[in-house]
Amino acid sequence: MTIVIPQSFWLYFTFFALLFLDGIWCMLATRNMVRVLIGIEILMKSVTLFLIAAGYLSGRMALAQALVITVIVIEVVVVIVIAGVILGFFRKHDSLDVGNTREMKG
Amino acid sequence: MIWFTILLVVLVLAALWASMATALLRATLGLALTSALLAVVMYALGATLAAVIELSVCAGLITVVLVSVTSLTQPRTFKEALAARRSRLRRFWPLPFVLLAAGIGLSFVRVPVDIVLKVPAADGDVRTVLWSLRQLDLFGQILILLAGVFGVLVLFRKEAK
Repeated sequence: MTIVIPQSFWLYFTFFALLFLDGIWCMLATRNMVRVLIGIEILMKSVTLFLIAAGYLSGRMALAQALVITVIVIEVVVVIVIAGVILGFFRKHDSLDVGNTREMKG
Repeated sequence: MIWFTILLVVLVLAALWASMATALLRATLGLALTSALLAVVMYALGATLAAVIELSVCAGLITVVLVSVTSLTQPRTFKEALAARRSRLRRFWPLPFVLLAAGIGLSFVRVPVDIVLKVPAADGDVRTVLWSLRQLDLFGQILILLAGVFGVLVLFRKEAK
């Protein structure tokens, strides 16, 4: 069985691209660790939107939902571990500047 | 279709607010709003189970974690906050224009899409797919959760004297 993607694909692709660009900019233009985490979250949102749109357009929504649930679980674990790293780093260095993370080397 | 496009535009605006807000708490609220709007988009597309999980976990739990991190890290002095705000505005002012230009540019792209995907024949209920066809994903999720717990335990362990 094959599926041909319809033209409305471009609507979802446009908004996926805008969210992705926003997330990348948020990560690159800041030096605050919490904002980098927020950038990662926005990137995750864009991927989630694209997965759901792909499931909707291909008629495989159940499979897309299963994948999105996996993405959400990974997202939560990533956020909690990075939040722990940020708190540990702040307690040690009294700063949230990503420039200071070189001191974590070794 | 128009209301759905408006919903997607509001979603991008909420994400823009999350990335541009000066205060971390506002940025966190912007992210929660983005998650809530994404859940509405999912619900509108028929992904009800994923929408509920997105709303409860991403708009709820992750917001609580980020607010906790923000409150546990020391606030800046007024002068530092003012200087950071100016520097931040310098770095972020092109972003809305870049997004607007990208949105307008991409809205004119109408390349014929002839992507043909080979997919499995069955696509039933999400619970059937999750528990019967994607069992390895569930195993991976359990491993990731355990890795997360282990990571947090390692991060917060007490140093040996």
